[in-house]
Amino acid sequence: MDGYNFAYLDEQTKRMIRRAILKAVAIPGYQVPFGSREMPLPYGWGTGGIQVTAGVIGQDDVLKVIDQGADDTTNAVSIRRFFARTTGVKTTEKTTEATLIQTRHRIPERPLSEGQILVYQVPIPEPLRWLEPRETETRKMHALQEYGIMHVKLYEDIARFGRIATSYDYPVVVNDRYLMKPSPIPKFDNPKMDNMPALQLFGAGREKRIYAIPPYTKVKSLDFDDHPFEIQQWDENCALCGSENSYLDEVVMDDQGGRMFVCSDTDHCESRRADGHLGPMGTQQAAE
Amino acid sequence: MYVAVKGGEKAIENAHRLLAQERRGNPGVPELTVAQIKEQMSLAVDRVMTEGSLYDRDLAALAIKQARGDLVEAIFLLRAFRTTLPRFATSKPIDTTAMKARRRISATYKDLPGGQLLGPTFDYTHRLLDFALMAEGETPEVATSPSSDEALPRVTSLLNAEGLIEQENSDDTAPVSDLTREPLDFPANRDLRLQNLARGDEGFVLAMGYSSQRGYGNTHPFAGEIRMGEVEVIIEPEELGFAISIGDITVTECEMINQFKGSATEAPKFTRGYGLSFGEAERKAMAMALVDRSMRTRELGEEVQNPAQDEEFVLYHTDNVEASGFVQHLKLPHYVDFQGELEMVRNLRAEQANTQAHMLKAGE
Repeated sequence: MDGYNFAYLDEQTKRMIRRAILKAVAIPGYQVPFGSREMPLPYGWGTGGIQVTAGVIGQDDVLKVIDQGADDTTNAVSIRRFFARTTGVKTTEKTTEATLIQTRHRIPERPLSEGQILVYQVPIPEPLRWLEPRETETRKMHALQEYGIMHVKLYEDIARFGRIATSYDYPVVVNDRYLMKPSPIPKFDNPKMDNMPALQLFGAGREKRIYAIPPYTKVKSLDFDDHPFEIQQWDENCALCGSENSYLDEVVMDDQGGRMFVCSDTDHCESRRADGHLGPMGTQQAAE
Repeated sequence: MYVAVKGGEKAIENAHRLLAQERRGNPGVPELTVAQIKEQMSLAVDRVMTEGSLYDRDLAALAIKQARGDLVEAIFLLRAFRTTLPRFATSKPIDTTAMKARRRISATYKDLPGGQLLGPTFDYTHRLLDFALMAEGETPEVATSPSSDEALPRVTSLLNAEGLIEQENSDDTAPVSDLTREPLDFPANRDLRLQNLARGDEGFVLAMGYSSQRGYGNTHPFAGEIRMGEVEVIIEPEELGFAISIGDITVTECEMINQFKGSATEAPKFTRGYGLSFGEAERKAMAMALVDRSMRTRELGEEVQNPAQDEEFVLYHTDNVEASGFVQHLKLPHYVDFQGELEMVRNLRAEQANTQAHMLKAGE
């Protein structure tokens, strides 16, 4: 794009971001403060993820952007177009083809591989924030590894509801040290973070924090021995591709209670249909 | 079918076209020019420059036009442009004592050296809609004398001569924080707090200042002095070694004088609250001075008890570009997380129904 540097940010800013990323990789799960810039997209739309992507993207990268698991949601389209305009890199909807994937609220169903980078958009990076609103306090708690209040919170859930009542942004401990918010992905995706061969980077623009999980790092979802961590399950399969083990979106069909369930990961669903897996409402061609 | 909302790109493009059409309004009405906005919506321009942290009347006017008059959106546009600008130099502190004042009032003295100068203010207008403006009436001739070159000593300096007000540290060589380059860190020093307030949302800062007057923090303020006018901006490039003036800017400055009852080690005296804005944003400068003083609670050894005194609460929530973004991001799709919540609530309800059925059976 005329008048702007490759990937929009100037080189000094990218260097600052890369330094923050290096520190984040060196201390898995630790939130590194960084000089987050005002981006031409609003805070809350993924400015942190966009800055991280801009910091690491190179001319040979192939970029995929998803929101809610889908490549065609408006915000994913907008961010993909932003990078297409400012970098000219190749973009894709195929998880396997991408070297760099920016995501909001999902991890792709297909396991990622070495050499891939997954960039998460993070609204609130601090896992203790809703228990303690002060940043000065929560930083101290991280320094002292004082995470008792989170266990108490989960215990109170069990006492009140009989189970841990957190369904997304479910807290994890990274590398046996830092308590971390995985960004608002459903807890269904938490197990994918553990020992992932790809590098996971997290950017929170408004809150000005970057954190990371290096490849093959232990990521443990908090639980108790007698209340082990569990992921969501559905009685239904995907109506389009018949998948029995992917995260499903519920689509309301009418006002009579009619609904269908479909894969939230659109690429996963389309690939399966192309391979001949069909659900009751599926066709081999991707829906137009 | 909703599932495959293909064509998101086309929808976005069409939305942009619709937006442009709405911005233009009825094509039968002449289009507003940036020059008209700059000249006739000048207080909107001032607010956008102040909170956009960029002194450029033309670009601020353009932003207002592009944003259809939504000032927070205009501020965002200006900020996003500002981040792309290289930094050539850091200016010397502006000298508001040398201001060519067009307005200068003090509420603490009836008269003072340099005099009171009302200037272009709404203060004593009767707020009656002027229907002549609807008919595009002419403005009356101005009947004031041009601003005098007489030096305007600061009210706080007059008090300072008597030792009645706290000394202001004025180390011009000390490094100045910049929260547009470094993330906010706590405890925040006064330079950082002032920068944050200067960029902060006028409505929020106003409400915080107001709360401190109404009993949520007790600062007993007096408007020591408010002055508005032109000041020179001076830079001293290292390679030149001498100062050069790069132009004049209009600013409004407010110095509040507040009571301080003293402590075991300090005699009672007055303390200061400071506000500065670009242009004629006087309401903002006054509110800023109130909140500045409120947030000095900690450094003055007083107890932090109220929102306006709590720097972490205030500084994290002043920025309307951040606030507007985070509030409005709720309209982005959240259906994946909502699905998780649906599953959770259905399970919890099923479990409760089971338990109740069980208890009912056991009771039979």
